Amino acid sequence: MNNMKSMSDDTPSSPERRRFISVATVTAAGVTLAPGVMLIDVAHGRPEEQAASNAVRWGMLVDATKCASGCDECVSACSTENGWTPVAESAHPKQAPQWIRKLELQDPLTQAETNLPMMCQHCEEPPCVDVCPTGASFKRADGIVLVNRHTCIGCRYCMMACPYKARSLVHEPLNDTQKPDVPRGIGCVEACTFCVQKVDRGDGTTACVEACTASGHNALVFGDMNDPESEISKRLRELPTKQVRADLNLNLGVRYHGI
Amino acid sequence: MAGKIKRLLALGAVVLTTAALAWAGSDDQPKASGAPKPVITKAVKGEQCVEPNDFMRRNHMKVLLHHRDETVLEGVRTKKYSLKECINCHASEKTGSVAASKDDFCVSCHSYAAVKIDCFDCHSTKPQGSMAMHPLNAETAHYAHKLAAQANSKVSAEEMAGIAQ
Repeated sequence: MNNMKSMSDDTPSSPERRRFISVATVTAAGVTLAPGVMLIDVAHGRPEEQAASNAVRWGMLVDATKCASGCDECVSACSTENGWTPVAESAHPKQAPQWIRKLELQDPLTQAETNLPMMCQHCEEPPCVDVCPTGASFKRADGIVLVNRHTCIGCRYCMMACPYKARSLVHEPLNDTQKPDVPRGIGCVEACTFCVQKVDRGDGTTACVEACTASGHNALVFGDMNDPESEISKRLRELPTKQVRADLNLNLGVRYHGI
Repeated sequence: MAGKIKRLLALGAVVLTTAALAWAGSDDQPKASGAPKPVITKAVKGEQCVEPNDFMRRNHMKVLLHHRDETVLEGVRTKKYSLKECINCHASEKTGSVAASKDDFCVSCHSYAAVKIDCFDCHSTKPQGSMAMHPLNAETAHYAHKLAAQANSKVSAEEMAGIAQ
C-alpha cells in the first residue's frame, strides 16, 4: 500500500495540468508586476479574433557555441509537435520531409567543429514567395513564412529557390496521421512554421526552443524582434550574430551566434 | 382509306403517350431503390450547432471556406466555423473520426450526394487530444515516436533488471 502511494506521488503531472499551472503562475506574476510589463505579455498573446500584425516580427537566435554535438532534441521535438515522421523511421529517408535539420560542420583547415540547427530562416524578402506561381507561399504579417496548402500545387519552385534547403515535399499519403493543429498532406510543400499554432495560442515559444531549454543547452531563443524589451532583442544587442548567406540581403528571422 | 389509317395511328400514338405519362406520374409506381439515405448522427457534444441545421446543411462549405482563409493567411483561430471544432463535436463515438467509416458524419452525406471532399487529405479526421487525453497515454504521448523506436530495439536482461528496480 505504501509502495502504491509513493508511486502515485512520483507520477509527473499531466501536460494539461502543467499548462494550467504555468498559465496560473504567469497570471499571478502579471498581477504582481508593474502594469507596463504586463502590457507586453498581453501583446504577445493576441486575442484569437485578432489577425496577426506587423507590429510583431517573430525571430529566433541560435547560439551555436551552446549547441551540443550529437544532440537532436530540437529535431525530435519538432517532429512530435508537427507530426512529421523522423527521417530515421521513414521508409524513404532521402525524400522524407524535414522541417529542421541538425548540422555538424567542420572547418577543413582548423578541424574546428560547429553544431547548429538549420530550418526555414523566415526571410523578410523570401525567395520562395517570389517564385511561387499560385501565391501559396506567403509571408504572414508577423514575419512567419508559410505555405497555404489550399493553393499549393506541389511544383517545388520554392524548394529550388530557397538558399537554405528548408522546404520539403510530402511524397507519400499520410493516412490520417496528422496532428489536428497541423494539417499537412501529400503533394504539398512544407517547412518550419515557427510553430504557428503555438504562437497563435499565445505560447510565445516553439517546440524546438522548449526542448533545447529543457535539455539544459539553452542554445535557442525565440521572440519578437520588434520589441526592444524581449529576451531575443536583448541578446541580439549583446551578441555578435550572423545571417547565413547574408550576401543575399534577405533580412533573416533566424540569426546565428558563433558560426 | 390511307388518310383514315393515318388518323387512327396518330390517335393511337396520343393515347399511348398520355397513358405512359400518367403511369410514370402515378404514386403506386415502385420508386428506384437508389442509394441508402445518409446516416445523420447527433453530435456527441453540444446541443445546437453554431447556426441552425438547415443553414449549415446548405452553407457549411461557404463558412468553412471563408474561415479557412482567415486562419491560414491572418492567423485568426476563432472557434466558430472552425473545421477543428466541427470535428470535435461530430466525430463518431465508434470510430472517433468524422471520416473513417461510411457512416461517419462527413462521409455519410458526402457519399450520398456524390460530392468528393479533399479536406481530410491534409486535415486530421479525429478530435484533438483523443490520443493524448487518453489516461493511458497522457504521460507519454509526447514521446510516442521515441517509444515506437524503442519498441523495435532489443532490451537486454540487465537493462530490464535496471528498469524493474
